[in-house]
Amino acid sequence: MTATGRTAGAEPVLRLEAVRKTFGDGRVVLADVHLSVPEHSVTALIGASGSGKSTLLRCVNLLERIDDGAVFLDGAEITDPRVDEDAVRRRIGVVFQSYNLFPHLTVLENVTLAPRRVHGVPRAEAEARALELLERLGLADRAGAYPDRLSGGQQQRVAIVRALATGPRLLLLDEITAALDPELVGEVLSVVRDLKERGMTMLLATHEMGFAREVADQVCFLDGGAVLEQGPPERVFGAPTEERTRRFLSRVIASGRLAG
Amino acid sequence: MSAEEVSAKDMSAENMRAEDVGTGAVGTAGASAERTGLPPAKAADPADYRPSPRRLAREAFRRRRARRSALIATASTLLTAVALVALVVGSPGWPAVRRSFFSAEYARQALPEVLKGLRINLELMAVCGVLILVLGLLLAVLRTLRGPVFLPVRLLATVYVDFFLGLPMIICLLVMITGVPALRLTGVTTDPLWLGGAALVLTYAAYVSEVFRAGIESVHPSQLAAARSLGLSHTQAMRFVVLPQAVRRVVPPLLNNLVSLQKDTGLVSIGGVIDAVYAAKIINGRSFNSTPYLVAALVFVALTVPLTRFTGWLTARADRRRYEGGLS
Ligand SMILES: Nc1ncnc2c1ncn2[C@@H]1O[C@H](COP(=O)(O)OP(=O)(O)OP(=O)(O)O)[C@@H](O)[C@H]1O
Ligand SMILES: [Mg+2]
Repeated sequence: MTATGRTAGAEPVLRLEAVRKTFGDGRVVLADVHLSVPEHSVTALIGASGSGKSTLLRCVNLLERIDDGAVFLDGAEITDPRVDEDAVRRRIGVVFQSYNLFPHLTVLENVTLAPRRVHGVPRAEAEARALELLERLGLADRAGAYPDRLSGGQQQRVAIVRALATGPRLLLLDEITAALDPELVGEVLSVVRDLKERGMTMLLATHEMGFAREVADQVCFLDGGAVLEQGPPERVFGAPTEERTRRFLSRVIASGRLAG
Repeated sequence: MSAEEVSAKDMSAENMRAEDVGTGAVGTAGASAERTGLPPAKAADPADYRPSPRRLAREAFRRRRARRSALIATASTLLTAVALVALVVGSPGWPAVRRSFFSAEYARQALPEVLKGLRINLELMAVCGVLILVLGLLLAVLRTLRGPVFLPVRLLATVYVDFFLGLPMIICLLVMITGVPALRLTGVTTDPLWLGGAALVLTYAAYVSEVFRAGIESVHPSQLAAARSLGLSHTQAMRFVVLPQAVRRVVPPLLNNLVSLQKDTGLVSIGGVIDAVYAAKIINGRSFNSTPYLVAALVFVALTVPLTRFTGWLTARADRRRYEGGLS
């Protein structure tokens, strides 16, 4: 993944600078967000429901247009209106909370669509690569199935494979376990662990604090439209400096989500 | 069921789940669910299972009830049919109506002529049907184009659809069949068959484009977002993700349009094309007997019934699939 010869840590893969995002009704969702995601690291976004985690991810992927500030991918600004949005999205993989698999395509077709149509990879090659990825995630025998024949955990793993199939620089994961039964959460989270081991750069929004603590190199607490607290998980979870972080975490602990 | 049995069942369910997670394959339970349409079996049936008297009694009752329903349905249908026939046959004008609408002699005479004319209707339907689908889809897609460059295209497509949706079919036909030849354009046909067909295409394309548009709008925006997030352009996302889903969903309403087109092909007879309806009219004009109309009507009905049934079957299948697929 460092084929460009870039040394890790020099320039973050993703950098947000003073990002502001409001919606039509005048609500400020992101007021002034600063954030860096270094190469080969995992950043977990935590925060209350409605704090803007999904909005932030959508802004990074240019599915939403920011009002002010800038987003940089590998040091180049991607929020410049002259930038080709499709070209930017090709370098970023996204996994949505609700999978959003294409129901009219089989698992294999879901995975090979972008490599074939966007990146022009020949069919045989795209399929071989897809099968390899599916194999790794324990889905090889479901390659010919349609998404509605899969369990939720399997669908989410297919969505991850689909996002990985184009070899993205950065993977955005938005609460990928929120729609899953507790027994299926484990199989999806172990995939993320595996990706981390392989050096994938990831930015994920999650309500699974135990998981964030275990897998993330950096945790960002989003509150009131800004990153209120940021640091290694031990510090954010163990010794939060902000009162609001403490209150959020104690609420989360009360609801039993910070078991680890 | 004894307490022992219950705990045994729970245990085996537990084991199965652990296995599934371990191998990452939920194949066995899923496959059996696909075959039977039932939720996956949680535990294996004990080999010595025997239906309880309760189950046998329930099943016997269901059978009795089904038999009784069938009997009632048959009786009520027969009764209704007899009443209807009695009403018509017993009416004072029935002998006259029978002579002019139900004459076996004229039916024999009309049938071959009507069938010969029907060829025209079928050919019209086939050719126009294809053109309508293409033009309708094109109009619907043009209306989804974004960006300032396409504003005139979008506008034109919208005006076209609005105009032809509102225009009565019969006026469109008359204008085409009588108006176009009056222009005396060189190289443009004056054949009422072609012009009538063109009128059908123009009008139906507007209907069909609305059907396609509804289909496109019924595909959830998250599908487009997912496609765009993979780097597909708007055009690619439409072509590979949105349109295939939209078209699949609108097949039943499209078939309904086809049924209605099949009947409306009869309208080209106003231009003097000898189709099934006009063939009947000719015989009627000679004999002052209306039986040929009845023959033509029955022929059309016989054609549309299978198509309607097929549409119903497709719709039911799609509903069933959606149900089986859960809420997604
Ligand atoms: N398209 C939109 N138009 C208007 N408001 C929106 C839109 N999308 C999101 N919002 C609002 O922005 C705020 C942040 O939403 P967002 O989905 O980013 O929160 P979140 O942190 O992901 O929450 P959750 O944990 O529940 O997923 C919410 O108040 C939401 O109502
Ligand atoms: Mg969210």
